[in-house]
Amino acid sequence: MVNNEDSVISLRGVAKHFGAVRAVDDVSFEIRRGEFFSLLGPSGCGKTTLLRLLAGFDFPTQGEILIDGQPMSSVPPYKRPTNTVFQSYAIFPHLSVAENIGYGLRKKGLSKRELAESVHQALEQMKLAGYGSRAAHQLSGGHRQRVALARALVCRPKVLLLDEPLGALDRKLREAMQIELRQLQRSVGITFVFVTHDQEEALSLSDRIAVMSKGRVLQIDSAARLYEVPNCRLVADFIGSMNFFDGSIKCVDNGHVIVDVGPAGSLCVPKIQKNVELGAEVTVAVRPEKVHIEWRAPKPKGNAIVGRIADESYLGDRSHYYVEVPGMIRRVCVAHQNAERFRRSIESHGRQVWLTWSTESAVLLPRE
Amino acid sequence: MASVTGGPLVGHARSRPLSQRFRALLLRSEALRGYILLTPTLLVMFLLLVVPLCGMIAFSFFTQVYFDIDFTLTLKNYWSIIKPGAGNTYLGIPFPFETPVYTILLVKSLLMSLVATSVIVLMAYPMAYFIAFRATNHKFLWLVLITVPLWTSYLLRVFAWKVILGHNGVLNSGLISIGVIEEPLGFLLYNPAAVIITLTHAWLAFAILPIYVSLEKIDRSLLEAATDLGDSKLIRFLRVTLPLSLPGVISSALMVFIPTVGDYVTPAQVGGTSGIMIGTIIQRQFGAANNWPLGSALSIFMMLAVTAIVCLFLWGVGNDRIKARGA
Ligand SMILES: Nc1ncnc2c1ncn2[C@@H]1O[C@H](COP(=O)(O)OP(=O)(O)OP(=O)(O)O)[C@@H](O)[C@H]1O
Ligand SMILES: [Mg+2]
Repeated sequence: MVNNEDSVISLRGVAKHFGAVRAVDDVSFEIRRGEFFSLLGPSGCGKTTLLRLLAGFDFPTQGEILIDGQPMSSVPPYKRPTNTVFQSYAIFPHLSVAENIGYGLRKKGLSKRELAESVHQALEQMKLAGYGSRAAHQLSGGHRQRVALARALVCRPKVLLLDEPLGALDRKLREAMQIELRQLQRSVGITFVFVTHDQEEALSLSDRIAVMSKGRVLQIDSAARLYEVPNCRLVADFIGSMNFFDGSIKCVDNGHVIVDVGPAGSLCVPKIQKNVELGAEVTVAVRPEKVHIEWRAPKPKGNAIVGRIADESYLGDRSHYYVEVPGMIRRVCVAHQNAERFRRSIESHGRQVWLTWSTESAVLLPRE
Repeated sequence: MASVTGGPLVGHARSRPLSQRFRALLLRSEALRGYILLTPTLLVMFLLLVVPLCGMIAFSFFTQVYFDIDFTLTLKNYWSIIKPGAGNTYLGIPFPFETPVYTILLVKSLLMSLVATSVIVLMAYPMAYFIAFRATNHKFLWLVLITVPLWTSYLLRVFAWKVILGHNGVLNSGLISIGVIEEPLGFLLYNPAAVIITLTHAWLAFAILPIYVSLEKIDRSLLEAATDLGDSKLIRFLRVTLPLSLPGVISSALMVFIPTVGDYVTPAQVGGTSGIMIGTIIQRQFGAANNWPLGSALSIFMMLAVTAIVCLFLWGVGNDRIKARGA
């Protein structure tokens, strides 16, 4: 946690309490200059609160926030080098689109011509040319979103804070805006701090993601690492779906750990943690798409457990099979890519199957 | 698609009993439902507003001949209000009319009302602001407290001010007893200021509510957005809060201004001779002077003046902003 050169925001033990509620609880991390950083977590985990602390609408109960190396403990929002895109967009209803976009420029002492020029450029950049004189209530949701973005970006902040900016758009528009947002961020080079509860959005957009739960940051990593190497069960469960096998460590050799998971047998997991104790309570996690269904008993190699197909759901591009495994409460989910048409007509219900996966696909997690 | 659903359904509707068909019509037609809802209001409005108004307009074209009314239509009443003559001056402005008292009183009433309205709006705004933005837990209690003065009758409130401001009133005797003054102050009561104070007190509560509602309606994220974009609190108030609460301010101002111009109870009680307003003169025409046609003409004269001022005010304040906010 050194304040290195390329970090634009650093949080040091930041906490925000509302009475007994710990909305943000002892959070410390750094956000790098120019990165697309996402705060991801379930509803009520404190994402908005954390963003408001950065914007200055609220002040931390404990800890310190540094933006660009400057402590922010006594800096009001209007003096911070940040701008915010609000979830509700907060477009001023009494002003036209152009006036909205130029709102934050008034203070910068620009001449009327320069101001109009900046607004015009912003309109062009956000594909809003021709909308300048419209009133706010004559805009569609997608356009409002662009106005909100343009209004914040035109002020050239060091950090742009976005609170679920795509939450109110329909899926198609949302996907289009995601791509645009990512391109925009690359082209302007401003640090984005992006709040979302949509994991797909976070995974596809971000350089790094902080996964939050109950006011705490659980893991900060790139999308791929969060998905493939989650550091705890909560992260593993929140991002994508995951099968968990609870057990205890039976044997450790160089590079691998053998975990005894009761009646289902033992599973072999790569050893990534340094200190692994024999007999420790752990959880083995495997993604559904990494599990293969074998209809006949496989040759004993790698991980294999026996179960019975209890349910199946057809999702178009793939099917999910839910397999009952003796000794496990939760059914194991297996995702099967539907590479051929109508293959699922095979009568599968109640059939005995063998589930296998390569050792490298499994992750060892501490038990919670 | 249309032919499949359209044809048989219409035929079916014909065969239903009348009550069902009426209900179907009612459910289908938004306008009809609206009119039915409005019926009581429209009836009351018609009987108590339109009919008397028409009567008054008619009367203003008649003439009073001692105790009888001459029903031949004439503009004589209006002419007597604006008939040129030697005239008089008021506040340095010449009123070159034969009977200048009507026009002078009209202008005076408008001015007094304007002052009262301004004072009321200026006092109501901070109160409404406080309840909307600062009071967090007890908004309802505050609103109820504001309406407390309305629980007593208007007349009682006017009398109360008489008691407070009078020669031996609360204020004078209080000041004498603590030794600030020797003699009772004579200038407290029976002047325009006393009328304005009384009007302010009587109408303040009414003015707070519309302003409060328009402030309460402002999306808080707009205020945060303004701060975020670099506005300090004062600038933010001027650029966002005030313009967005303007509809409330306007309706408050109109709600106070329109009825106070024609008020005659307050000037009669606390105004004395210098605090007289046009309402007093109109009331006298319908009472002691017994000249209903002239009274009617004066009323309509006043109504036109108020309407003109209101239109001017609305035009000046920028109607498009109100529309933008309303939509
Ligand atoms: N002003 C406040 N007063 C009291 N409690 C608050 C306040 N703001 C937030 N909280 C509480 O803090 C917690 C975190 O809220 P926050 O709005 O940060 O969640 P979030 O992660 O943004 O959720 P969502 O995804 O639903 O927007 C919640 O339990 C919420 O009830
Ligand atoms: Mg939120």
